[in-house]
Amino acid sequence: MTEPVTEIITPIRMDYRYTPGTESSAFLRGMKEGKMLGRRCPSCEKVYFPARAVCSMCGEAFTETVEVKDTGTMVTFAVVNVNFANRVIDLPYVTAEVVFDGADTASMVLLSGVAPEEARMGMRVKAHWIPEAEWDFSLANIDYVEPLDEPDAPYESFKELV
Amino acid sequence: MRDVAVVAYNQFATRRDETRNEIEMLLPVLKDTLGPLGLTTKDMGFTVSGSSDYLAGQAFAFVSALDAVGPWPPIAESHVEMDGAFALYEAWVRLQHGDIDTALVYAFGKSSPGDLGRVLALQLEPYLVGPLWPDAASLAALQARALIDSGKASEKDLARVVARSRRAAQDNPNAQLKGEVDEAALLDEPLFNDPLRKHDLPTISDGCAVMVLAAGDRARELTDTPVWIRGIDHRVESQHLGSRDVTTSASTRLAGQKAGADVGTIDLAELHAPFSHQELILIDALGLDETRTRINPSGGALASNPMMTAGLVRIGEAAKRLAAGEGNRAVAHATSGPALQQNLVCVLEA
Repeated sequence: MTEPVTEIITPIRMDYRYTPGTESSAFLRGMKEGKMLGRRCPSCEKVYFPARAVCSMCGEAFTETVEVKDTGTMVTFAVVNVNFANRVIDLPYVTAEVVFDGADTASMVLLSGVAPEEARMGMRVKAHWIPEAEWDFSLANIDYVEPLDEPDAPYESFKELV
Repeated sequence: MRDVAVVAYNQFATRRDETRNEIEMLLPVLKDTLGPLGLTTKDMGFTVSGSSDYLAGQAFAFVSALDAVGPWPPIAESHVEMDGAFALYEAWVRLQHGDIDTALVYAFGKSSPGDLGRVLALQLEPYLVGPLWPDAASLAALQARALIDSGKASEKDLARVVARSRRAAQDNPNAQLKGEVDEAALLDEPLFNDPLRKHDLPTISDGCAVMVLAAGDRARELTDTPVWIRGIDHRVESQHLGSRDVTTSASTRLAGQKAGADVGTIDLAELHAPFSHQELILIDALGLDETRTRINPSGGALASNPMMTAGLVRIGEAAKRLAAGEGNRAVAHATSGPALQQNLVCVLEA
């Protein structure tokens, strides 16, 4: 009897030229200069960092640029015990959701400088930047955040973002 | 059946928009459509969109696009990975439930980020056809060759379709290709995908379209010129190209009959024919008489073909002309898939 064909492999490769759009382009240009630029919604007044095209709650175009600080609060986190393909970081590591001071939205960054079991919601952190000569149009200019020697932020102050 | 009407429509199309992303492209068109009605997206009973994440190359790009709608507090929302015309069909069905009176339909597609030929190859049967990466123009050329070999059309007929499109598109601000062209001169152009010449192919465009539907009295409240959807039907043929007679469109014929396009006077028809020869196949399948029905007064997809949008645009353009008094009854058609695989026919009345 002929063996059944149970699997075929058909490789797919697609190349794209990404158009970040007006708002994201302004954000990316800011990062290139080491500036963290957020955008305020005229309707709900929340500051988005990174800026999206429009406020995703109100559907309104942003009107005001706000420079956000590189210190912030880790509102939640995950301890990662399995590496993704093509990504080699010493395990375990911590992926953090950080709301930078002056922003109302959280950004995903790595947490370093602390053992995973010591990571806490509300922990105050500061961005660690890659060398200025290497800054690019990217949030990856911040390679991780590390703990600040400050008391934790109270849960009430960030519960909306959890 | 509940009477449902197109009460507002707007579109945007261009060759390529590399300044704005999809959301930024959509936002002003949404505002221009809802603003004159005195409505916001929050007033819509249902919201549904048509787009394809493969065009942007980003998973869940359609969810990002919802930012333009401002979906908070949460809204009733749906999406089809298809042209917006098929999203309109879902909205029409949803309005038949009777508990809501308005629906927002939008479509968007940017062809500029990727290689459109390869993107469209991903919709093909994935085992035997897809891995060969046939591009849409090559598949259309096979269809055109079969059509010409069958004796149903000639290259001259294709040139006539192109010249008509260019002429009609002259007063369409969203058309990229327009003007008076000489049919004989078109035939002097070199072959591109034999038997198709470059002008037999659609434009590659970025664009979006937004439409508001309303039922019964709500439609009459919102506009003095509602354009009623009197029939709508969508039919699908096999994805195996070899098992179809591509010189005709059985699905369009059936959808046309179900939608009521085969009876009564049709003043104008907007046909979603991305390739010139497909317009001839569609005219035949719908039984249209070109001496009595204006075909593609907007110029059609040959003049402007934003992916996932051009089908909804056909319905919008037909509705716009009926609302402006250019006729009483129109047929609008949308297609999807290779070589007219899927077809939707919609009959509109002023």
